[in-house]
Amino acid sequence: MPTLDQVVAGRPCRIESVTGPPTLVQRLLELGVMAGEHVTVVNKAPLGDPIEIECTLTRLSLRKSEAAHVQVTLPD
Amino acid sequence: MITRTLTVALVGNPNTGKSTLFNALTGLRQHVGNYPGVTVEKKAGTTRLDEMDVRVIDLPGTYSLAPRSPDEMVSVDLLLGHVKGEGRPDVVVSIVDATNLERHLYLTTQLMDLGMPVVLAVNLVDLASKHKLVIDFPELERKLGIPVVPIQANRGIGLDALKAAVARVAESGQVPDGVPFPEPFRREVVALGEVLGGEVEPFLLERVLLDVGGYTEKQVAGRFGAAVPAHVAEARTRLAGGGCPVPAVEARTRYAWIRQAVAGCVTRPCQRVVTWGDRLDRVFTHKIWGTLIFLLLMFLVFEAIFVFAKPLMDLIDSGRSWLADGVRGSMDAGPLRSLLSDGVLKGVGAVLVFLPQIMILFAVIAVLEDCGYMARAAFLMDKVMSKCGLNGKSFIPLLSSVACAVPGIMATRVIENRRDRLATILVAPLMSCSARLPLYMLLIGTFLSDPWWLPGLALFGMYMIGFVTAPLVALVLKRTLLRGETPVFVMEMPAFKVPQFRAVVRRTLDAGWAFVYRAGTLILASMVVIWALLYFPSKMPDGRSYDVVSEELREQADQATGEEKEAKDREANELYGEWKRQSALGQVGQGLEPVFRPLGWDWKIGMSALASFPAREVIVGTLGIVYNQGEVDPKDVMKSEDAAEGEPSAGSRLGKTIQEEWSKDPTMGKYRVPVALSLLVFFALCCQCASTLAVIRRETRSWAWPVFTFVYMTILAYLGALVTFQLGRLIVG
Repeated sequence: MPTLDQVVAGRPCRIESVTGPPTLVQRLLELGVMAGEHVTVVNKAPLGDPIEIECTLTRLSLRKSEAAHVQVTLPD
Repeated sequence: MITRTLTVALVGNPNTGKSTLFNALTGLRQHVGNYPGVTVEKKAGTTRLDEMDVRVIDLPGTYSLAPRSPDEMVSVDLLLGHVKGEGRPDVVVSIVDATNLERHLYLTTQLMDLGMPVVLAVNLVDLASKHKLVIDFPELERKLGIPVVPIQANRGIGLDALKAAVARVAESGQVPDGVPFPEPFRREVVALGEVLGGEVEPFLLERVLLDVGGYTEKQVAGRFGAAVPAHVAEARTRLAGGGCPVPAVEARTRYAWIRQAVAGCVTRPCQRVVTWGDRLDRVFTHKIWGTLIFLLLMFLVFEAIFVFAKPLMDLIDSGRSWLADGVRGSMDAGPLRSLLSDGVLKGVGAVLVFLPQIMILFAVIAVLEDCGYMARAAFLMDKVMSKCGLNGKSFIPLLSSVACAVPGIMATRVIENRRDRLATILVAPLMSCSARLPLYMLLIGTFLSDPWWLPGLALFGMYMIGFVTAPLVALVLKRTLLRGETPVFVMEMPAFKVPQFRAVVRRTLDAGWAFVYRAGTLILASMVVIWALLYFPSKMPDGRSYDVVSEELREQADQATGEEKEAKDREANELYGEWKRQSALGQVGQGLEPVFRPLGWDWKIGMSALASFPAREVIVGTLGIVYNQGEVDPKDVMKSEDAAEGEPSAGSRLGKTIQEEWSKDPTMGKYRVPVALSLLVFFALCCQCASTLAVIRRETRSWAWPVFTFVYMTILAYLGALVTFQLGRLIVG
């Protein structure tokens, strides 16, 4: 399954699961990044890392290593 | 009628206008204090409600009440009434952003589980209508079961209604129901409560189960013994098996409840309105434009601290010398006069001189943070900073430290993670600050001025020492002393908004006051100590006082003209130098000469370096005294000639004297350049700044970190100087 760090900017996708270190998972869940939500990578930093995402009206910056814990499916 | 004071706690996500609401409620009636044992500031104030004084506590902005550190635990402890000397608040005001209700209500639902009255303040309702959001407040109030008040904190709208709602729930004491968790989870909470003997509140029991590796889990394990973690682990396994995996069960339950509550109360436009903020965000985080704007802004920040503060600092300095001259003119020579003019006034001047830089930097930071740019800057710089174990938010503090570490260290407050913040604080003094410049100019101008390209290269090299060493030390610290799991760097990118003038002014004044009030005394004390070490003993071999006699010689020199004046001046300078060389500090310097020799220094250099431990720019003045040139003003080193007289300036005269003096010494004469380089490297790496140490003490609330900084930087400086001199000697020899 693709992970959020692999998604190109501007392409909406759906979150399937969030796994990984408990602190990271909990922080993402608190901010509404959880299974079933739609998420879009809106931007990438000049060196390609971190990335800026939009998920349920919230804009967040995540490192790629963190985004790799978010499994997504892309629409066809 | 019973008069009692009401206590209200303000809780909300970062960037919701919580501080704006706090300021609007309390105005000037607020103060900042400390909670015991943590670095969180306690902000409290009072507001009037009918005839009653209401105490308002502003808790740090947070996304949830799942504490991961002692600093985050403070909010939970306060809300549960566990903080010593602080009663439990009567009411919690949960402030949320109307444009993103669902996410903000997550924290509100946690507050509703605390078993105390909650009032919801929905801020930024003006912005919500711009986004074409329609919110049915009475319906929302009915669904959530708590009072809901729309407000606009920045314009003071809705505050009376908010206060009235607070008074109402305080009176009725109505506690919200909270979000119903699934049955298996509730059973585990009850079971854990029994294991812990009924001594822990249900809210904390929930947190122990939900926060894997969280602070409450550790705390409970510490209090109730090793059997607890085993029980908790089993409970979590059972929950996962029963379809309630931790921690997902919390987010799932709360968000599902919130969606249902909000469903019928909020009408959104079908198409999301693209705001000017979205467009700005695109530009500011753009690969090319974003980077260019960032570089330009950083340049301006740097210029602001470096250049704009200069005239103000000069003003403070001339104020100090004017006062010192006044003291000198109105008193007879003696220890008291010297203490006042050279000890106390210098100390006070040394404190005040930092104010312009601190206040300018904080004004800039307040604007950048208030408008939402700070998160973009951290986004752009994160990759680079993460290479040395820090994060994007460390960049501005470190950059500011190139002007002055004091405001730089104070600016680390924007870094939430404790270990990252500490690492940034501990390496900030390695960045080459402006107080090192006088010595750099003096020695580079004297020993490394030829060929034409060398001085520039040397100065660049001095800055590079800081730029290279600081990240390396940060990396080492993060691998050893400050080791731990990589902190989560999930950061909200807040919407852009126009910064609020009043908030900026307040933060600027707060920063200035905090520095003077909390760091001032230590700086003053260290200045007085060094003064005493340089003043005593003050008796000449014939029993007269050095102070009085050198004063007489100066007066005679002032009245004389031509060659006689020069002779008297020289005599006065020689006597002054003799006095300081035999002073307590001079004797310490002579005693420590074996320590300085491997660095290539004689005791005179060593003594001058010692004298500049409270403030490194003092080195130039002390070298002047030690080499019989009188006290040289660091500013004079920056110019090569006295504009008025066309003669060599005090600075370049000092340079010449140093060159001559060093040539007389058998070892230093041969290795003058290595000696100069060793002294330069020592100053680049050493923490010769009482103000920096005082600020580290203030920011970390501990003596251990300033002591650590002082020790590691002194060792680093010594080793750096040692290697420089020994290598230089090999090359020259």
